[in-house]
Amino acid sequence: MPSAPPASAAPLRLVICGSVDHGKSTLVGRLLAETGTLPEGKVESVRAACARRGVDFEWAFLTDALQAERDQNVTIDSAQIVLKAPGRDIVLIDAPGHEEFLRNMITGAATAEAALLLVAADEGWRAQSRRHAFLLGLLGLRRVAVVVTKMDRVDYSAQVFRDLRAEGEVLLGALGLEPFAWVGVSARSGAGVTSAGPEMPWQNATVLATLTACAPGAAAAEAALRFVVQDVYRQDGRRLVAGRVESGRVSAGDAIVLWPFHKDATVASIERWPQPGAQTAGVGESIALTLAEPVFVERGYVLSHPSAPPAVSNQLHASIFWIAPTPLALGAEVRVKLGTQQVAARVASLGRAFDPGREMPEQASAAEVPPNGAAEVVLQLHAPLVFDRHDHIAALGRFVLLLGARIGGGGIVTQAEPAVRLATKSANITESAGSITAAERTRRHGHRGAVVWLTGLSGAGKSTLARGVERELFARGSLVTVLDGDNLRRGLNSDLGFAPADRVENIRRAAEAARLLAEAGCIVLVALISPYRADRAAARRIALEGGCDFAEVFVRAPLAVCEQRDPKQLYRKARAGLIKQFTGIDAPYEEPEDAEIVVRTDEVGVGEATELLVAEIVRRTRA
Amino acid sequence: MTHLDSLEAESIYVLREAAHHFQKLGMLWSIGKDSCAMLNLVRKAFLGRVPFPLVHIDTSFKPPEMIEFRDRLVREWGLQLIVGRNEPALTAADTFPAGRRTRVECCGLLKTEPLRATLAAQGFDAVIAGIRRDEEGTRAKERFFSPRGVANDWNVKQQPPEFWGQFQTDFGPGTHVRVHPLLHWTELNIWEYIEREGIEVVSLYFAKDGRRHRSLGCWPCTGTFESQATTVPEIVAELRATRLSERAGRAQDAESEGAFEALRASGYM
Ligand SMILES: Nc1nc2c(ncn2[C@@H]2O[C@H](COP(=O)(O)OP(=O)(O)OP(=O)(O)O)[C@@H](O)[C@H]2O)c(=O)[nH]1
Ligand SMILES: [Mg+2]
Repeated sequence: MPSAPPASAAPLRLVICGSVDHGKSTLVGRLLAETGTLPEGKVESVRAACARRGVDFEWAFLTDALQAERDQNVTIDSAQIVLKAPGRDIVLIDAPGHEEFLRNMITGAATAEAALLLVAADEGWRAQSRRHAFLLGLLGLRRVAVVVTKMDRVDYSAQVFRDLRAEGEVLLGALGLEPFAWVGVSARSGAGVTSAGPEMPWQNATVLATLTACAPGAAAAEAALRFVVQDVYRQDGRRLVAGRVESGRVSAGDAIVLWPFHKDATVASIERWPQPGAQTAGVGESIALTLAEPVFVERGYVLSHPSAPPAVSNQLHASIFWIAPTPLALGAEVRVKLGTQQVAARVASLGRAFDPGREMPEQASAAEVPPNGAAEVVLQLHAPLVFDRHDHIAALGRFVLLLGARIGGGGIVTQAEPAVRLATKSANITESAGSITAAERTRRHGHRGAVVWLTGLSGAGKSTLARGVERELFARGSLVTVLDGDNLRRGLNSDLGFAPADRVENIRRAAEAARLLAEAGCIVLVALISPYRADRAAARRIALEGGCDFAEVFVRAPLAVCEQRDPKQLYRKARAGLIKQFTGIDAPYEEPEDAEIVVRTDEVGVGEATELLVAEIVRRTRA
Repeated sequence: MTHLDSLEAESIYVLREAAHHFQKLGMLWSIGKDSCAMLNLVRKAFLGRVPFPLVHIDTSFKPPEMIEFRDRLVREWGLQLIVGRNEPALTAADTFPAGRRTRVECCGLLKTEPLRATLAAQGFDAVIAGIRRDEEGTRAKERFFSPRGVANDWNVKQQPPEFWGQFQTDFGPGTHVRVHPLLHWTELNIWEYIEREGIEVVSLYFAKDGRRHRSLGCWPCTGTFESQATTVPEIVAELRATRLSERAGRAQDAESEGAFEALRASGYM
């Protein structure tokens, strides 16, 4: 008996994109026909469909299968069809070029590993060609070849081809794309599709040869483990944690951490049906796990190894594209879906919103992202999110934005600091858990607990503002307190000086104390210079790990103003050399780049600043 | 991971997402090869269980082998089965060919209509269907999570965006979602998988007297074709070589251009 041939190899997934009418579907049709991919009778049925409409034969009808597409000669939705290329199968994803169907182009292109970007020789580069090129970059498609179509319309001119190539190289280069091939074709005559033909003696490339030269994507290098939990199934008294290995590898016996809540556990077994199989699972596998410890797990959790943690934050820096019919406004409330996590969010800042079909704009910030536009954003999340930078671990570095129940856009994460695991010196620690829930505390107090972290130069007004806000919230019946830097240094932190290591520890203790109070339901205002970004980020993580809300408030006043105020006469002493390492004088202050709230105490009075802060805190801690 | 492994993992992911998002989920089960492969995927996804009922639309024109096979599997595996039938049309013989209905009209009456009625009666907010992109042109444009309107209609011009494994699942009251875990599989992949997993399929797929079924439908509209393949490996080998389309034996597709799209737009799978 002959041995069975190997099962089908993974096909290359390739998207065909470019502006409307530039010949994408026609080229796809030609390729299918000339490679003998089509089933018997298919071309004849298209011929009949064209005859019925009284039009010339259209290769495009092979993938433009919808009546509306054929009637208007336009692709509406991406079609995916397998091309039997010599040596291997290729899934061709024929994307629509029309602006109105950009969301359908993205739906198709997002599943591709490589792209053909088409540009018609007679029309040249269009706004929509640029948009598609921009999206290829954002979707992480770096393997791109350019095909100049309809060469018959320009008499197969080498000059036209060269000019379009020169222009294209600049345009694509600006987007970070470097095509691996440039081919001229006429899908009408067939020149350049599967054979070079005599029309273009100046080239010997063909589209088919270009496609077959495009090697399948190299397997992702062994990256850090990210296991995304889809669900927990109870079976025969066991809890099966079902999900997919998005990167790395997980094995029975592994020590793992459950994010975002920073819980340690051990993988007891890998489960599959009908047999559990190998006690290890790699990238892409949909499996289930059991854990040795009785820890709580639910959908949305992410598992990592302790040595390579993801980032956890309530802020997300990202590049997004927007495909809803209405603009995305600064301040808009959306939901972020990343992996199986879903978190409400507010658009906290919009930088460089633009229409990728046009030249890049100059202005650095905007009030809204137009439909089919793109932007750099900071999203303020209403709960902690687990993520990675997109170029580090793609699956945890991209997300969609929901506006109501609809997918309005997507984005990639551009910044991520891995969560720091604080070392525990003592072994044999067992956390105890109380039976009073956060919800019960919220009901009792009428608001949720939170850490509000005021940072700024000495004399900027942190303590004054904190005390004013405390008084106002107290008057409203809130449970509220202030942790003031100076006061902490008298007690909890009395053993610490101002050397860098002491400053770090000073902030860690303040953050831990604030977290304990916030977990008890208190609104904690921390007034601390906290000059380093890294320390403030650490404070944020500590609060988030405790399940508490955290907001950074930049109490801002220019150094000159603070120095002039000098309520404690400290600047005078620092200038006189009596105090060393004084922030702003001979020690740095790193301004927050992404504070939730900025209060300019040199511009607004104490009353107004207090009011602003109170309103924001009330909103954030609402029951 | 092999290609079949990735296809399997993707289908499992989709099935688990569906089970999470929908309150009342069912799976359309035509008894064909895709349905059988899908049932295997369901049991993989849920570690041996089939956590939702199967829905079979019985046109009464299915070969008896199929119904016997169905009932035996239900018994052996303890499956929950819901059968939908258009009794009035069947009683009145308002069908093809007896009742002067065209083939496409008959599909509407015996499949689309009882499907709509069954989904409504059961209050399903989603049903899983084993369609694949390579079957025909409109399915090539489908979504994993594809919304159907209040009248079960498919608005093919306004499909929701779907990327990075994120699916839109909420389309408002009265609508439901068709979940398509097999979208990226080809006919060949299905048979390779049946071979690998040792999945049992109806005997009609295997050649008898030099002919076999490629796609199982109602007997008046589904033809057999010439084949010597009597085992799964032989079917796999045959499919690697053939240029005959899978649905070539389905007479209703050929009735007029766009007939199949119209059928699907009105709620057919
Ligand atoms: N002369 C000439 N016409 C072509 C060629 N390729 C395509 N066309 C014509 O250009 C028109 C548009 O072609 P399509 O293939 O539908 O274009 P498309 O890029 O798929 O369009 P959308 O999908 O709607 O964006 C059709 O009428 C084709 O016949 C070519 O190489 N030469
Ligand atoms: Mg097209």
